[in-house]
Formats: sequence, structure tokens, C-alpha cells
Amino acid sequence: MTIRDTAPVASGEARTKTRARRAPDAAPRIGALGVFAVLYLAFIYAPVLFIPLFSFNDSTYIAFPLSGFTTEWYVTMSRSDGLVGALTNSIKVATPAAVVSTLLGTLAAKAVTRYRMPGMEAVVSFIMSPLVVPAIIVGVALLIIVNAIGIELSLFTVFLAHLPPCTAFAMWIMISRLEGFDAAIEEASRDLGEGPWMTFWRVTFPLIVPGVVASLLLTFTISFDEYVLASFLGGSEPTLPIYIYSQLRFPWQLPNVLALATILLFASFALVYIAMRFRNRGVQFKTTTGV
Amino acid sequence: MSEPTAVSTGSGVAPMGTPLRWWRRLILRNEAVRGYTLLSPTLFLMTLALGAPVFFLFLVSFFTQDLLEISTDFSLENYMSFLGKENYQKLLWRSLKVSGFVTVLSVVLAYPMAYFIAFRVRKNKFAWLILITVPFWTSYLLRVFAWKIVLGHNGVINSGLTELGFIEEPLTFLLYNPFAVVLTLAHAWAAFAIMPIYVSLEKIDRSLLEAARDLGDGPAMRFWRVTLPLSMAGVVAASLLVFIPTVGDFVTPTMVGGPKGTLIGNLIQIQFGKANNWPLGAALSVISLIAITAVVCAFLWFTKRVRTQEL
Repeated sequence: MTIRDTAPVASGEARTKTRARRAPDAAPRIGALGVFAVLYLAFIYAPVLFIPLFSFNDSTYIAFPLSGFTTEWYVTMSRSDGLVGALTNSIKVATPAAVVSTLLGTLAAKAVTRYRMPGMEAVVSFIMSPLVVPAIIVGVALLIIVNAIGIELSLFTVFLAHLPPCTAFAMWIMISRLEGFDAAIEEASRDLGEGPWMTFWRVTFPLIVPGVVASLLLTFTISFDEYVLASFLGGSEPTLPIYIYSQLRFPWQLPNVLALATILLFASFALVYIAMRFRNRGVQFKTTTGV
Repeated sequence: MSEPTAVSTGSGVAPMGTPLRWWRRLILRNEAVRGYTLLSPTLFLMTLALGAPVFFLFLVSFFTQDLLEISTDFSLENYMSFLGKENYQKLLWRSLKVSGFVTVLSVVLAYPMAYFIAFRVRKNKFAWLILITVPFWTSYLLRVFAWKIVLGHNGVINSGLTELGFIEEPLTFLLYNPFAVVLTLAHAWAAFAIMPIYVSLEKIDRSLLEAARDLGDGPAMRFWRVTLPLSMAGVVAASLLVFIPTVGDFVTPTMVGGPKGTLIGNLIQIQFGKANNWPLGAALSVISLIAITAVVCAFLWFTKRVRTQEL
């Protein structure tokens, strides 16, 4: 804290000097940090990218040397039992999970960013907690209560389990979106005679649409890829990650799993990339849209 | 929760005949009521799908499994069996240690990366951030599986090194041990470590750094006395975001841990699966939560002390 206090005093007088001295520093220094950054990226990407590499390899063993190019695994994979069913199940869960969680997250984010409420911090941490609490604990807790009430395990219970983490995430995205533009635009609309609903519909909503799209895509991805909760709350209908996990037990299925995994990887990459682009679209709006 | 209090402060002149109008007036007049009305569906969901289940988990941890039936008599048997079985305690202790290592490793690796993006990258910061976060949106299961491919007996590293002539026999120490678990988890949670640190670094007022330089600090001292303390909040957040969720993980130890890498999450999972002893599983979950809370509190207390002494 002392640093903050002394800073203005020091920098005011010294600013002219720094500018002169800045020159050598201003050149982009790649150096050790740059090398580290590249290595770090390799650490992040390399293991994941071995999956597509070996999915095209003409061998049932995942080992070097690569023995030849083939798309055979993609063909056998597409014919395997249960795949289409699992894929349909995952979409059946992830689509409503994305829609409901984005709706709830948007409402909650609107409340948090626009109104002063007592006890708000506690409420926000409670809503955000599913992002941090170990998934296994949420999973077994839900399993116990679902069992106590007597609800049968099904895709619906998986959907229910996916709602808290998805909603927490949606709220997080929408908060940053709602904070990204000036609330005065909304006030102006109210002052010009629009009611709260029309203000939301004609002013707020168009501004947050990119955030909504990003949230839909990202929460869809979360639910679509989720394994732990689905493993506890899934009934007899497996979602895609459950299906993949069950296939991993059979060594001869490995190349097919690699092919499936490759498709999923690139589908996720694409969805998330689009979501990220959307999320940052129109940040330049800020204050100058009105009238 | 706090709606009742808001109601009492909201309006004292409520014409009881028209509750709808009364409610309308209340909403228009009181900000907190409006806020909580908007929040209520989300809060309802969270209470239903998170609060209530965790409460039930706590409750069930005091029940006992009687063959196929669950006896609902209050009992401390599950907790006693945890205290009595050294194996269970060992697993919890190992889980905490593994998560601790994962936290240290991911934060230590993430810090320079976040620093690089915050201070060195001038153009395309956004592209770098996308590049860092995109892999973590792919299925967690597949990322763990990827490490199995890399570290396996005939995996990428072993077959690659054999091919290049560096080794004759596959290295056996790569897979199925706690080290593989730490490495895999550190990789899987890297984005959780980078983002908070990056945000805290990005927020630092650059003039403070200039000031430090003008007052005679070299780059190392400037980092030590200005950048690091100001980014500590990010480091603490990153540590918690990595440590807490990894304690319960069971997918990674199952796939790359082997018998020596089994963690408390595996034990809990077995209670709800093969062993079919839900009350014990519930008790183990509660114990894990308590242990996590204890570690987090100790960590926060410690970092607070260090920070107040430093500044």
C-alpha cells in the first residue's frame, strides 16, 4: 500500500526523464521470456495434438515410427455401435443446459451489475462456487438427493447436474459483458420514456447479444465435454464422454477413439474460437451508441 | 434470504387489498428487491442443485450402510472408520500433497507466461489469450487421455526415444505414479492459473514501475518490490482455483496414476460404485471438504501475513 501512496509524488517530476530513458526498453524484447512462452505453448498443445496425429496413423499401436497415412479409423469409428446414440444424448443434454444456464446467468449478471443489494458478495460467491468445488463432491451430493427424492437417473438428471457450473460460467461471461458498456445508455432510455422491459429489449439486449452467443457456445461446450458429473448422474443412456471412457477399456478400440477424439477436439476448438470472437465483438460501443 | 428485510424497509403503506400493485410499487421503489427478484431463479436453482445436495451429503455421512439398506440412525461410524484406517488418511494426505505440487507447478509455470503476455506482448494480446485458453475447452477426459498416450509404455516419449536410439528399453517411471498425476493435472488446469495472474498483472499501473525505476531500482528489485507484491492477489486466486478442484479428482489418477497414484477421489468414487457404501463415501467427501477448507484458510492466513510484512 505504501507504494501506491508514494507513486504520484515520484512520477510527476520524473516523467520527462523516463521518456528519454525508455528507448532501449521499448524495443520488443523477445529474450528468455519469449523462449519460455513458446515452450509453454508447446507444453500446452503438444500432448493434445498427438491425438489427431495418431488418428491418421496406419497402426493399432500408438507409437513411433508412424507407419503410414490412413482414414480407416474414421470410417470404422462412424460405424461403431452406440456412437450416434451417445452423440444425440450429449446434444440433448447440452442444448437445454446452454439455453437455461445462459438465461439464468444473464438475469443474475444484470442484477449483480445494475443493482446495489445487501449481501451481494456472498450471493455471487455462492453462485460461482460450482466452478471451484470439486466436481466429485457436487456429483455424489446430487446423486444422494436425487436418489432420496426418487428421481430415476436419466439424461434429465445429467442436465440438472450441468446447470450449476454452466450457470456460474454464463453469469461470469455476462457480468464482464454488462460491465463493458455504460449503464447511462439504459438510464437514457428510461428517461426517454421506455419501460424496463422495452429498455432491456431495445437497448440492453442488442448490446449484450455477443456475450449471449459466447455464453451459449461455451456453456454448450462445458456440458458437452463434461465427464465427472455425467458419470455419477447418467442412467442407462450414456453421453459422449461416458461412451468414450467406456471404449478406452478396449485396446483394439483405441484408434477409433482417437478418430472420434480428433473430431471432438476440432469441434471444440471451432466453437470456442467463435465464442471468443463474439465475446469481444463490439467492445468499442462504450458510450457513443445512443441517439 | 434478505428479501424479508428489504420488504420491511420498502414500504410501510401497503394497501393489503391489491398485493400485485403493492409488489409493483415495492419493486419500483427498492433496488435490492429488484435485484433479488432478478436473482431469484438462479438462487433457486443453486439452492436446489447445490446447496440442498451438499446439506444432504452432510446428513448422509452420519448414516450407516447395513448390507443393502441404509440405516438412518445417527452414527459417527464412518468418521471413526476414517480415523481408524491409516490407508484412508494416507490417501487424503497424498491427495493434498499432489494438489499442492500441482498448484505450485502450474503457478510457477503460469506466472512467466502471464507476465510475458501482460508486459511483453504489445500487439495481438487477444490472440495470445485465445491461444492459451482454447485447449482447456476441449474435453478434460481427452486431455488426460492425451497424457496417457504421451507417457505410456509404448507411448510417444518411449517409442520416440527408442526410435532415435537414446534408449533401449522403455522408461517405466513415466506413467502410473504420482508424478504423472501431478504433470497431467498441472497441464489440465493451466488456464485456471494463467488467467487470474494475467488479470492482476494487467491491472498494475505502469507508472508505478516507472516510478520505481526513477527512484533507482533495477529490473530485479523493481519486480521484487513492485510487480510481484501487486500481482500477489492473482497468484493467490490462481492457487485456490487450481488447488481446490484438483483435490477430488479421480479421472486422472485412474488413467495415469496406477496403484501408487490413487487419490481420495478414487476412494470416494468406489464407495458410490463397486463398494456401494454411500454413507462412507459421503463422510469421506465431507472430510475432504473440511481438509480443503483447512488448507485454504492456512494458505490465506499465511499469504496475508507475508504480504503485510513485506509492504
